[in-house]
Amino acid sequence: MIDQDVLERVLASAVSSGADFAEVYAEDKRSTSAGLDDRRVEQVTNGRDRGAGIRVVSGDTTGFAYTSDLGEDGLRRAAEVAAAAARGGGGGVRRIALDPSPAHRPNDVAHPPDTIDKSRKVELLTRMDDAARTTGAEVVQVSAGYGDSTKRVLVANTDGVLTNDEIVRTLVRVSVVADGDAGMQTGYQSMGRTVGFEVFDEVEVEELARDAARQAITKLRARPAPSGTMPVVIERGTGGVLFHEACGHGLEADHILKGASVYAGKVGEQVANPLVTLVDDGTMPGEWGTLGFDDEGHLTQRNVLIEDGILTDYMWDFLRARKEGRPQSGNGRRQSYQHLPMVRMTNTFVLDGPDDPADIISSTARGVYVAHLGGGSVNTATGDFVFGMTEAYLIENGEITEPLRDGNLIGNGPKVLQDIDMLGNDFAMGNPGTCGKDGQGVPVGDGQPTLRVKALTVGGTAS
Amino acid sequence: MSDDLLALAERVVERARPDEQVEAFVTRGGETEVRVYQGEVEHFVSAESQGVGIRVIRGGRTGFAYAATLEARAVAEVLDEARDNVRFGTVDDFAGLAEPDGVPPTEQVLWSDELAGFPTDRKIELAKDLERRTSATDRRIRVDDADYADAWGEAAVASSTGVRQAGRENGCYVSVSTLADEDRGDGVETQTGFGFSVGQSPDEFDLDKAARQAAERATRLLGARKPPSRRVTVVLDPFVTAQFLGVISSTLNGEAVVKGRSLFRDRLGEQVAAAGVTLVDDPTDPRAYTATDVDGEGLAARRNVLIDGGVLQQFVHNSYSARRAGVSSTGNATRGGFAGTPGVGCLALSLVPGQRSQEALIAQVGDGLLVQQVQGLHSGVNPISGDFSTGAAGLLIEDGELGAPVREFTIASTLQRMLLDIDEVGGDIDWLPMRAAGVSLVVHDITMSGE
Repeated sequence: MIDQDVLERVLASAVSSGADFAEVYAEDKRSTSAGLDDRRVEQVTNGRDRGAGIRVVSGDTTGFAYTSDLGEDGLRRAAEVAAAAARGGGGGVRRIALDPSPAHRPNDVAHPPDTIDKSRKVELLTRMDDAARTTGAEVVQVSAGYGDSTKRVLVANTDGVLTNDEIVRTLVRVSVVADGDAGMQTGYQSMGRTVGFEVFDEVEVEELARDAARQAITKLRARPAPSGTMPVVIERGTGGVLFHEACGHGLEADHILKGASVYAGKVGEQVANPLVTLVDDGTMPGEWGTLGFDDEGHLTQRNVLIEDGILTDYMWDFLRARKEGRPQSGNGRRQSYQHLPMVRMTNTFVLDGPDDPADIISSTARGVYVAHLGGGSVNTATGDFVFGMTEAYLIENGEITEPLRDGNLIGNGPKVLQDIDMLGNDFAMGNPGTCGKDGQGVPVGDGQPTLRVKALTVGGTAS
Repeated sequence: MSDDLLALAERVVERARPDEQVEAFVTRGGETEVRVYQGEVEHFVSAESQGVGIRVIRGGRTGFAYAATLEARAVAEVLDEARDNVRFGTVDDFAGLAEPDGVPPTEQVLWSDELAGFPTDRKIELAKDLERRTSATDRRIRVDDADYADAWGEAAVASSTGVRQAGRENGCYVSVSTLADEDRGDGVETQTGFGFSVGQSPDEFDLDKAARQAAERATRLLGARKPPSRRVTVVLDPFVTAQFLGVISSTLNGEAVVKGRSLFRDRLGEQVAAAGVTLVDDPTDPRAYTATDVDGEGLAARRNVLIDGGVLQQFVHNSYSARRAGVSSTGNATRGGFAGTPGVGCLALSLVPGQRSQEALIAQVGDGLLVQQVQGLHSGVNPISGDFSTGAAGLLIEDGELGAPVREFTIASTLQRMLLDIDEVGGDIDWLPMRAAGVSLVVHDITMSGE
């Protein structure tokens, strides 16, 4: 994308006024998306996003500028703006010698999206539409989407790092509306992987569509969710967002260093039930949060955050690790070249526990069974977090009974981690997610076995 | 100036073939963001970007493409790709670009030369000043970060159907996030708050008010407990009402209506809200943060009364949803930049305010709950079924006055019921930096789920 000698000159000019670190992050992304709604393929879109962000650090101050001009002049102008913002103490000429890292891909891509005819991508949409509509006469509306992107990324910095990566993403999603006597209901399914079109050899898109339709139809006879605090069982592969919110964000080093997390100063302490081992792993082949290198050119890795309930470490990016004089953990990420990197999760999941999932349900006298979760959010400083349930059922006398209408659940992270009293042995990864933080969205994965929280507050309207 | 953008858009449109409609949307913009932490600049971002999105419609089929550059060769490539993408669309008899409707845009002052020339060191000083003032409000307050941000943008849209519009705007804000700590013996309790001030130019900022609000929001939640579950009458703080209106707006969206996804789709002319509720979308009101002269398709933005005295009057439309519904565009095409085609949405919602202050509303309610913040509007609210459930924090109302702080509970109802259960709209309208204005709102029969 940019020649090595150009990068070396741009980086040298960025630190010529005395800054201690400079970095170029360049991307060239081509994407295709297609949308179907109301029985019509509304449009196919092609996009091209290309540019570089330049970061210059002096002490605790970061200057940042970006440009869509990847020529040497454009890069130098951006470097000047970024350097002016991070004025260093002295001046002087530093020679920058980059040391290119060998390519590193967590997984192969058999059929890159740009080699696939667009008509085959569009066909997935009509297949989902047909499958959803034939699931039941109650289905009144279907919207389906397809998206792929191929993003080439280059990171170079004054520490000599030079990495090149190519990230391929393929995603489908389907939303269904069903109509009945008590009004409309909705269902949703999605699938996203960091692989190419070969994913559709394994994944049958009709199945996703039928599942979304089934959710919507089932909820037509749903009753209002209960109101109050009770045991909540969360189905495998759907509740990763619980950990993402209950503790994941609170274990990001930027919140820790500002004293804005309930988990600050707790390394080595028992922060969760001993059943819980929580891992963030950016190396898992094909998963939605997987990267070869993070967005600061650091190899992604597997980080154990909580082991048998004991907090072992936080997640780190370049700046926070440098401040603490410790290694980065491969968690420096950004939405695009127009954004500064910060500490972010990759694929965050809880390992298997000892329990048979059937026992978890049968040993719950009364509670809620959550089969499908929506999004969530957390206040890291208080630990209070919410997440939505989009398919849930009552548990009565150890059995799953009636479907419930949508609602939020609320809990406090440190307390909920202690309150996980049963953990299944049926681990599964969940749906592709987008994690929002400080205005930036990045793709993340999550996963967990079926589990029970002995007390969570369910935000329904029924007594 | 945006003249060169309009010229570029026109050059694209001139290449339209006789059997096709072509629209080009071209933007250029820039931003500055300063974040201050403990008296030092933590980061300073300064950048510009541009891009073009091109829509082609031929034989009822639509294709689209975009690129984040205005380079002539790339623009030509985008037009080719949009044309190629037409092949894959389904024929839609309603597909078509907006046509000029003769409604003149309301003149608006959207550009400030003062902001455009505002020097960088003063931007940094503003953020530092806000951090200092906030820290000084209360000894229990720490500042998480203090920000100054501004942005400017120019946009032009041209179409083979005769639309020609170009304009520019800029704006700025400061914001501060706070942490309030109190030692509880067995550990330190922390609560959070935020404050902000917006302006067409920095001289409109009220830093003291932003600092005071950020401190008050955090400190008044200290000691908050989880309340018992019960039904209550709530007073929504203006900031919460604005978020609630944002949810309501998706049920009044013409595209959702024509596609059968709005729970109000068959309710025109019916009583859908309490008699005291009049809801207006008016981007021509200069007090609105999102005031604008034209919509995303280049038609004049206009004042639309959506609910009048509780009766549903109309939905909002862009040209496509209007054509399908058999009405005219209400000037409500939205556009999230050059990378997408126009959607439909409310541009500047507000409830027609009542007379009384929040204090008076609280006294009237007597026993209830002031909702200061909600959490999870994106996860627990379903605008299609109408289910409404969010996390919340606030203060109990006891004997007509603010009482103990509460947190870690949810409030729930349905959108349909909440609109009918509105007892009173406050007089304290606040033009927040959102697509809806805030105002205190009293709603009865809300389920509070806690212990």
